[in-house]
Amino acid sequence: MFSFRHANSSIQLIDGFIDHIDKGIIIFKEGVFNYLDGNNSSFLDNLRTLSSLETEADIIRRKVENILYTQSLMPQLRGDIMRLLEELDNLIDLAKKNLYQFDVEIPFIPGELHQDMKKLTELAVAACESVLPAARSYFREPDKVKEKLHRAYLFEKEADKLADSIKRRVFRDMPNLKLSEKFHLRYFTLHIETISDAAEKAADLIGIIAIKRNI
Amino acid sequence: MLFLIYISSGLFLGWSLGANDAANVFGSAVGSKMVRFRQAALIASVFVILGAVFQGKGGAETLNALGAVDALAGGFTVSLTAGLTVMLMTRKALPVSTSQAIVGSIMGWVLFTGNKPDISVLIKIISTWVSGPILGMFFSGLLYFLLRKFLKRAKIHVVKLDTYIRISLILTGAFGAYSLGANNIGNVMGVFMQSAPRISIDFGLFMLDGAQLLLLLGGIAIAAGIFTYSQKVMQTVGNGLLSLSPEAAIVVVLSQALVLFIFSSSELSNLLIRIGLPPIPLVPVSSTQVVVGAVLGIGLAKGSNEINFRAFGQIAIGWIATPLVAGILSFFALFFVQNVFNQQITSKQTGKSIIESDSIHGNTLESLQLDFVIPFVILTVLVILTALIFFIMRQQRLRLKAENELLAQQNQYFHAQRTISELEMKAIQSRNELLNSNLDKKRKEFIDMAFNLTEQRLFLEEIITRLEELARSAVDSSNNNDLRSVIALIRQKMSFSKEKENFYGEVEMIHKDFKTKLETSFPSLTEQEKKLATLIRLNLSNKEIATLLSISPKSVEVSRHRLKRKLGLQSEDNLMQYINSI
Repeated sequence: MFSFRHANSSIQLIDGFIDHIDKGIIIFKEGVFNYLDGNNSSFLDNLRTLSSLETEADIIRRKVENILYTQSLMPQLRGDIMRLLEELDNLIDLAKKNLYQFDVEIPFIPGELHQDMKKLTELAVAACESVLPAARSYFREPDKVKEKLHRAYLFEKEADKLADSIKRRVFRDMPNLKLSEKFHLRYFTLHIETISDAAEKAADLIGIIAIKRNI
Repeated sequence: MLFLIYISSGLFLGWSLGANDAANVFGSAVGSKMVRFRQAALIASVFVILGAVFQGKGGAETLNALGAVDALAGGFTVSLTAGLTVMLMTRKALPVSTSQAIVGSIMGWVLFTGNKPDISVLIKIISTWVSGPILGMFFSGLLYFLLRKFLKRAKIHVVKLDTYIRISLILTGAFGAYSLGANNIGNVMGVFMQSAPRISIDFGLFMLDGAQLLLLLGGIAIAAGIFTYSQKVMQTVGNGLLSLSPEAAIVVVLSQALVLFIFSSSELSNLLIRIGLPPIPLVPVSSTQVVVGAVLGIGLAKGSNEINFRAFGQIAIGWIATPLVAGILSFFALFFVQNVFNQQITSKQTGKSIIESDSIHGNTLESLQLDFVIPFVILTVLVILTALIFFIMRQQRLRLKAENELLAQQNQYFHAQRTISELEMKAIQSRNELLNSNLDKKRKEFIDMAFNLTEQRLFLEEIITRLEELARSAVDSSNNNDLRSVIALIRQKMSFSKEKENFYGEVEMIHKDFKTKLETSFPSLTEQEKKLATLIRLNLSNKEIATLLSISPKSVEVSRHRLKRKLGLQSEDNLMQYINSI
């Protein structure tokens, strides 16, 4: 009844899960950069690594869920914790899907957009990276969560702005592109932007559940 | 027996107290599913009894001092009316407290019998009604503030914190139950203290006197209330009034336990006297009102916005309404008992004290000492043995359950594997069938191809024979030369080199494995013999083989014989069967 064994193993699993998400989004950034720079073999390598990280993250999440529910740990908080893990898992899921879309659809990205696309990826990844310390904080210092989240909101806002500017440039200043190519670029901009939106959603959730813990 | 019937109203009050007030101790823990009900009920029962027996005398004696109910029928009526008041007011959803109800009932008895109430005791009791919730509020505010500070600094992981909270809920719950038993047993048995049997029982480790035995009975009644009726109340209160965070629940229970402990500990009171401070009144206080005070204290620690001042108002209503209702009820009930049932409600009427008037408690029991050491030891050993057997059986049952689950999982896995294997087998079989039919189709194609070539060869040979006859009969030499060149052209075509190349290419592709096996098993075979073996495998006739190998059928027969020898077969062995078996 008073065993710390399950508590310790859950803590290790949760920490490991967040580490996986962290690594996953870094690999996503590398992957997009490699795609834009034309390093095909490195890109494929990133894709494989990200895919295995995503699978492992899913397995860890299920293990945590299993321990929390079978051992009746934290009956009042486990729902919040599982929702948090799902939102974080969503980040790596989206990152993997996006990188796969690059591999499958091979979008044509004109050279003049490379810098902007890299910047957009960096902003989306930065939004995710800002959410993770807040998520870690939720477990140990819920009152510090808020001060760690404002960066995530800032990066998400910046990513939105940049994505709009890219789409504007594609449709207004690039008459040489075919309409299909313009659509394709719009979708890929949107895909990357979705990651920062997911980070914002996770940040909202962390903010709420941290307040619940402080009440 | 008569004694037991008289104290039954007290036991009923105890049962009601257990059913309602145990929720103040374990309500949050059970409501939030941090602690299972059975576990909570067991801990609460044990500690309530311990508190009642070893520390319950102080509060009980104070109530007794308020109005010494010195006849059993009087005690019965006072206790019953207090119980009825609690029941009625709870039904009407009015704030009620057992402590205030019993005081009201005693006051009703005092007024009815015309005894003089001890005003100083009354003031002491009423002052604790006010100071109890305020002290609870103070303790909880302070403890909550300190706990928050500690948790902020300690940075404990939420999962580990959960285990600490469970341990704390159990420990504070046990302390709370002990204090509840110690403090509130006075409500249950206080009015019967005068009629306590004059016996003492030696259990070896400790000794219980008559008053303590009475308190033990009351404690058991509270435990019965906890086990039989408190689950529903705990669930309701745990998810309603006491739906607090686990940290706050610990603080509330601890504050309540501290307040009840303070108002029931004679040791603490004596200590204060020794150091020159005024003693603490040992009075039963309402645990519910202390809990409300403690919850308000937490609100105060968090910020004034959270304070619900209506709760204070409700407590104040309880202070006035409960004793008033209980007093009136008690007054009329006593009147009824005395005049309708002709029961003696006070010793004043006969001039005999309760002990003297009760036939059960004669002089024979006055100094009775019972030695219960051996039965107690036997009972303790039996309890320990039963618990041990129960624990071992439970462990066995759990292990068996786990093993069965594992077995079921393995069976499921095995069945799944078997189904998969069967499906794989079926898939392989159908693939083999498809391959066999493809092979047959190919074989037929090859036979057709070979037959076609043989037919063409025979037809071209016929044309050559005719052309040679024409050439022989030709007079013109130029015509003769032309005919000879046509014959040469046809003979060139008759080799069918291109068609044969295609044919062998396809045959080799289909029978690649066969050729490899043949080469490894019989390395001395020539290329022509390998071709012959392949054609035999295709089940072609000598004539068709002759066409494909550009030799005569007779030569095919000779080659077959030579091949048979090279393959190490006897004359009676079937060459085709052997080749097909490779």
